[in-house]
Amino acid sequence: MPTLTYREALRQSIVEEIERDEDVFLIGEDIGRYQGTFRVTQGLFERFKQKRVLDTPISEPGIVGIATGAAMMGLRPIVEMMTMSFSILALDQIINHAAKVHYMSGGQFSVPMVIRGPGGAANQLSAQHSHSLEGWYAHVPGLKVVAPSTPADVYGMLKTSVRDDNPVIFTENPGLYGIKGEIPEDTNYLVPFGQAAVRHEGTDISLIGYSRMAHVCMEVAEALDQEGVSAEVIDVRSLVPLDTETIFGSVRKTHRAVVVYEDWRNGGYGAEIVARIQESCFDDLDAPVGRVGGLNVPMPYARNLELLCIPNKDDALAVARATLG
Amino acid sequence: MCRIRAFEGQSERAYRSGLAGGYLHVYNGMEATAIGWLSSIQPGDPVITAYRDHGHALYLGCDALECMAEIMGRATGLSKGKGGSMHLYSKEHNFYGGWGIVGGHTALGVGLAFGTKYRGGNEVTHCFLGDGAANAGVLYEVMNMASLWDLPVIFIIENNEFAMGTRLEYHAADPELHKRAEGFNMEHERIDGMDVLQVRKHAKRIIEKVRKTHRPYFLEIMNYRFAGHGAADNDQSLYRTPEEVERAKQRDPILLLGKHLTENGIASEAELEAIQREAEEEMEAVYEAAAAQPKPEPDAVYADVYTDMEPERGH
Repeated sequence: MPTLTYREALRQSIVEEIERDEDVFLIGEDIGRYQGTFRVTQGLFERFKQKRVLDTPISEPGIVGIATGAAMMGLRPIVEMMTMSFSILALDQIINHAAKVHYMSGGQFSVPMVIRGPGGAANQLSAQHSHSLEGWYAHVPGLKVVAPSTPADVYGMLKTSVRDDNPVIFTENPGLYGIKGEIPEDTNYLVPFGQAAVRHEGTDISLIGYSRMAHVCMEVAEALDQEGVSAEVIDVRSLVPLDTETIFGSVRKTHRAVVVYEDWRNGGYGAEIVARIQESCFDDLDAPVGRVGGLNVPMPYARNLELLCIPNKDDALAVARATLG
Repeated sequence: MCRIRAFEGQSERAYRSGLAGGYLHVYNGMEATAIGWLSSIQPGDPVITAYRDHGHALYLGCDALECMAEIMGRATGLSKGKGGSMHLYSKEHNFYGGWGIVGGHTALGVGLAFGTKYRGGNEVTHCFLGDGAANAGVLYEVMNMASLWDLPVIFIIENNEFAMGTRLEYHAADPELHKRAEGFNMEHERIDGMDVLQVRKHAKRIIEKVRKTHRPYFLEIMNYRFAGHGAADNDQSLYRTPEEVERAKQRDPILLLGKHLTENGIASEAELEAIQREAEEEMEAVYEAAAAQPKPEPDAVYADVYTDMEPERGH
């Protein structure tokens, strides 16, 4: 199994999907000649030319709308958002159009489209470029939302997304692009949606996160291990559909849970997971479900303040300890 | 045109009687635009429009009963009762809707043209929009891309002189909307939309050109809506006078065509009356039949949110 970075695994997956199906194409800002702002699409323009790797003007609503129309005809666009923060401009196209037409047309039209890009804080990009919006999208019926945390998952989930007949929001935390991992040698390696991954088995507490926060949960589990506490780490991976079976199964075993998410604490997707656990596992719980989210402030520029905002191991460890009592 | 006019009479009746709810926008006065234009397209050409969509759907061949059933929210409606008046769709007829966010669908229209070109086809996409939509920002993003990438799309502004209740002169810096295509290096013009034969003549010329050049085209068709903006628009005195409407009705598209037909000895008054009567009878029967259609089963609420799964059930 080759070892690739998250970025390379994603790129390889895109390449294989473009080669597999001629209806698949990439569309986005500076993804071609400029090689992509985060270099995910490096080298693809030279290889696949303008038809399959299309540079666009800076027009997010227009890009998403055009991709939606093309998808309604059966093409399979992969839209790159230079950052997910810019997808805010395209919310009308995503929510009012792409997410609705299958329902509004009584199932006649579908939108096999992937909207992908970096979501979450990078490094001092400040308030307008650091949003974690997956919770917004997970709120909207008609969209599927995934947030892979490892090279193997980003490789397999991109393929699943491209082959899905529904619009998929595919968020990549910019802090993950450089991490390395093994990916399977299988061009049809599909990571199914709606299946969480148990990254670390344990018996005393369930730590639940996705994307970069799945790694934070692993750090917490390692720290708790040193204290003789056995933590189970659940990487949610897929927000919609959500694998409640794995989450509830873990909580019923450990009787304690902490949910960690990078999005603003107030109303973020982690709050939804907490609510589901309390609804379905109340009698199994030995303590209230702990919750760790991003600070409820616009992302500040200064590095020390930025780091304060993003949940880290210590933040999550403190809540885990409180939950353990 | 008589069928559409009669259908709209029945759809307004459905609204008044409570069989239709929500928003409902009738096409009275504007029929010559859709018919003149759509009678000149080729099979396979994608068509997309906004929420005043009954006329387009009917002319493209959608079954009148399925349209009326949709307006009445019935399971047998075009969109299984999930869309309503504003959201008629028919994949079979390459009719891509039926959209309610002013201007938003123009991006999809360009996407359709992108799709046909990507596949190497020779189709032309016909993207209708209102004069109000001509002020929506996304339109200019996609006009730019349509021109930049040589996409075969015709933007057809149906300028009925009102963006809901706001007259053209109060919403457009230059009321000649077609001129806005200048900046995108796109051909443009304004034509009259009350004479169906004239619309048809222009349509043939322009569509043929776009099919040949694959360059987008920006057309402004001047028409006038005789009815209110929507069925809920109950005080038109806020934006126009009855005299103005009466004046416009002198050029009612049905009247104009009738005049042409009788003056040229193509049809007699009696024949025209028979056509109208037939259309009215047909649509009355459609109304009655639609009212008897079944409502969607409660479980249908979860269907077609996704192609392959259901959302979480329950409140």
